[in-house]
Amino acid sequence: MLEIHALLLFMIAASVIAVETKDLLSSIVSLGAVGFGLTIIFLFLQAPDLAIVQVVVEILSLVFLIALILRTTRIDTVAREPYNPVFLFATGSLIVFLVLLAVIALYVFRQLPPFGGPLREVSQYYVEHGLASTGAANLVSAILLDYRAYDTLGEATVLFTSVIGLLTVLRKVGRKK
Amino acid sequence: MSVYTACIVLIAIGLYCIVVKRNLVKIIIGFAILEYAVNLFLAVVGYRKLGLAPIVIDKSQPVPFSVDPLPQALVLTAIVIGLGVMALMIAIAYRLYEKYGTFDVAQIRRLRG
Amino acid sequence: MSIIVKAIARMMVGFIFMYGLYIIVHGHLTPGGGFAGGCIVAGAFALLYLAHGRDEAKEKLQSSLTSVFESVGGFLFWLIAFAGIVWGYFFFNFIRKGEPLSIASGGIIPLANVAIGIKVASALFGVFIALASIKFVLKE
Repeated sequence: MLEIHALLLFMIAASVIAVETKDLLSSIVSLGAVGFGLTIIFLFLQAPDLAIVQVVVEILSLVFLIALILRTTRIDTVAREPYNPVFLFATGSLIVFLVLLAVIALYVFRQLPPFGGPLREVSQYYVEHGLASTGAANLVSAILLDYRAYDTLGEATVLFTSVIGLLTVLRKVGRKK
Repeated sequence: MSVYTACIVLIAIGLYCIVVKRNLVKIIIGFAILEYAVNLFLAVVGYRKLGLAPIVIDKSQPVPFSVDPLPQALVLTAIVIGLGVMALMIAIAYRLYEKYGTFDVAQIRRLRG
Repeated sequence: MSIIVKAIARMMVGFIFMYGLYIIVHGHLTPGGGFAGGCIVAGAFALLYLAHGRDEAKEKLQSSLTSVFESVGGFLFWLIAFAGIVWGYFFFNFIRKGEPLSIASGGIIPLANVAIGIKVASALFGVFIALASIKFVLKE
């Protein structure tokens, strides 16, 4: 349990650095540190499927972000206007909203089962009858592709749509100048 | 309880970055932090103390004391969708820089050119 | 890139591709599956593209080919789903389940993993080509 808390502190520190620093390449590298910390937390939470997917997705998104930075600009040169009313209103309302969220969240977390509680009913059924009904030894794959295969179809559609959108935005032929 | 509090702190940092910052790349980084924090929260809900991974090794009995496999399946889908959405955001940010010459959100809003 | 980088990239691509295929095909026995394996195969092709540079790689690895493969992967997944209607409902597991903990077990799960692996690999590699081959012209 101590490892998960230490890694969470590391993730919070790295995300604060990613938000505040002026050099865009440094903040992208700090974002990579947050992602890798998340991978190790997934390994401590006994979820090896999630760790594999998170590490390769993290590396690919770092590559895409660095490709964007290399073509355009590297330093955050947006000058901060000192204390105009719109900026103060946005920050003030954000702080009010976050305080409200924290109060409601602390009330809701008392209703959640404690960290490390027993299994729920549906998961109990999947764990007991997974191997006999589907024949697959990896229970997460059995849930993704046999019990809940319709959600996987929806996710394949979303990935397809976003790739079509990206190839349309970045095309060369047929753009009017 | 403290693990849930740390997840809420990460969500708050991501939200702060999206609302307050004016550089478009910083807004994309804020979206990435928010997405990591939400996936972490969903995976933490399904943990059992001293549990094992949900993979059957011995074919005669189910896993004796496994963690919850259902949130893991949902978070797997969410991670891959997050990658697709971020790639689309990066492409649109690139086209905006090509047209306006800056990443500043306040100047892009003014419909110049 | 120099000649050493190109030679080593050519040697490593085979191993990385095989590792990605292993994770896709054994998705129902060990952790992994279609999504993780597809991302690893896309990474193998991205290594080849980066080591040889944009001008050399542009005629060999094109983005029209990746669109074809992505549509083939999606269509295969739909076909597996619809084939279950004959015996029962949508996504019915119609292949006989073999003995557990062997490769030929799990019904339609290995076939669906292969279809999703093809789809995700070609989608992510198409995105990589599109982002890496843009020529930037500053508008004055």
